[in-house]
Amino acid sequence: MTDEELKIILVELNPSVTFDEGGEWLTINIESSQWKLLSELLRRDARLCFDYLFCLTCIDWKTHLTMVYHLSSTSFRHNIVLKINLDRVQPEIETVSNIWRTAEFHEREVYELFGVNFLNHPDLRLLILPDGWEGKNPLRKDFEDPINMIKL
Amino acid sequence: MVETIGNTTEGSMIINVGPQHPATHGVLHLVITLNGETIQKVEPHLGYIHRSIEKMCESLTYRQFIYVTSRMDYLSAHINNHACALCVEKGMQIEVPARAQYIRVIMDELTRIASHELWWGAMAMDLGAFTPFFHAFRERESINDIMEETCGARLTMNYMVPGGVMQDIHPAFQQKVKAFMQLFKRKFHEYNEMVTGNIIFQNRMKNVGVLSAEDAISYGCSGPAARGSGVSCDIRKIHPYEIYNTLEFEEILETGGDSFSRYMVRLNEMHQSIKIIEQLIDNIPEGDFQAKTKAVLKLPKGEFYQRVETARGELGVYIVSEGGTTPYRIKFRSPGFSNLSVLDHIARGSKLGDLVAMMGTLDLVIPDIDR
Repeated sequence: MTDEELKIILVELNPSVTFDEGGEWLTINIESSQWKLLSELLRRDARLCFDYLFCLTCIDWKTHLTMVYHLSSTSFRHNIVLKINLDRVQPEIETVSNIWRTAEFHEREVYELFGVNFLNHPDLRLLILPDGWEGKNPLRKDFEDPINMIKL
Repeated sequence: MVETIGNTTEGSMIINVGPQHPATHGVLHLVITLNGETIQKVEPHLGYIHRSIEKMCESLTYRQFIYVTSRMDYLSAHINNHACALCVEKGMQIEVPARAQYIRVIMDELTRIASHELWWGAMAMDLGAFTPFFHAFRERESINDIMEETCGARLTMNYMVPGGVMQDIHPAFQQKVKAFMQLFKRKFHEYNEMVTGNIIFQNRMKNVGVLSAEDAISYGCSGPAARGSGVSCDIRKIHPYEIYNTLEFEEILETGGDSFSRYMVRLNEMHQSIKIIEQLIDNIPEGDFQAKTKAVLKLPKGEFYQRVETARGELGVYIVSEGGTTPYRIKFRSPGFSNLSVLDHIARGSKLGDLVAMMGTLDLVIPDIDR
């Protein structure tokens, strides 16, 4: 399916989506409040069938955080990128681990490295960092650690 | 902190495997809940070799950060470097000379064979057969020798750079690679005689750790772990990079979904890699091995994503650039991380002894998972 066809379906599913141009794949911006509804539709809609979440990550823009989801369909081979801006002080977003199981680990990673709180996640706790690191988020831009060198 | 030792109230027992355990091939810590010998839950604890490579890369230039990535999946070092080089080239729109593309693909496939060789030897060792390890290393050593001659290193080669490869191939490269392929073909039947056809081995592999195609996709599995369940996911086929779309090779698919299927996928992939190298080795075009690039690389503002197929599955390099000389944010989507997440799902209800077979056929490389 071409990007133009995807755009038509996505607007039909959720009129509030906006699109970014210039990327390799179609990039979609939505509000975090719409995410739960849209994520289920993306997976279930027979025309889209986005069943493979191949990358889930977060970017710290100093003023806000952006969640980035890369989705692909194994039957139609089309890809999209979804972006959701979050508040930096109290970042919260609905989990998608019930839709794409791979998100469970990826969300735990984003939780500890960026401090994003995933609502309704089945097991949200530290995965990579040792105990005692709750609340310190190493991949945020303002994180400083004079003892353990993580910046060169 | 979870309780990591002792008995739970339901009468089940919690045991630890790792972080130092021969079967985990690295510092992986599994907390396993057992009822008798039946696994109820497997909980991986990561981070023993976490170096925060993503954060480190934020302060390294586009020429420097590639070398750190050799230390992620150290058995696919070439392919990691390749992914990063491709991503930078995509951002800067650098045209890579044909000679460099040929060399890169040959190196990638040699790496894939070497990685699968090591996996095969270690896998057989996990299941109690020690001899195959030495047979696998006999072939792997000759690949390492080829690498050493051309790249100057045997494990973390750091050979791919943005624009091509670091230096030209050694004059004896083609001859040595051909000699290796002869050796591999001559010896390969031993693999099947020693391990594949062995009834004890088959009994320990068949119907162990069955993963359905739907679950493989949902858990984000890729590479041989997913192809053993019949999921077509070879990035070389579905998103071809370099010259892969001009090459003839098959994507190996098995439909069993069990450990034996994953085993067979890797074994047959080695033949396909040989087939690819055979098509290229005599046809390496003359010309530059590196495109002319500026001394200081600056990626334009934007986002760049590159997917490649490593020996373990899909590696994604995601660069967010603000137009400077270093990446603003970089994310490595490592195949091992997603493949590990499925372990709990396939291990539940199995016997503890079978866990080793499942971990072995998922081919976990811990630095790749932790990054």
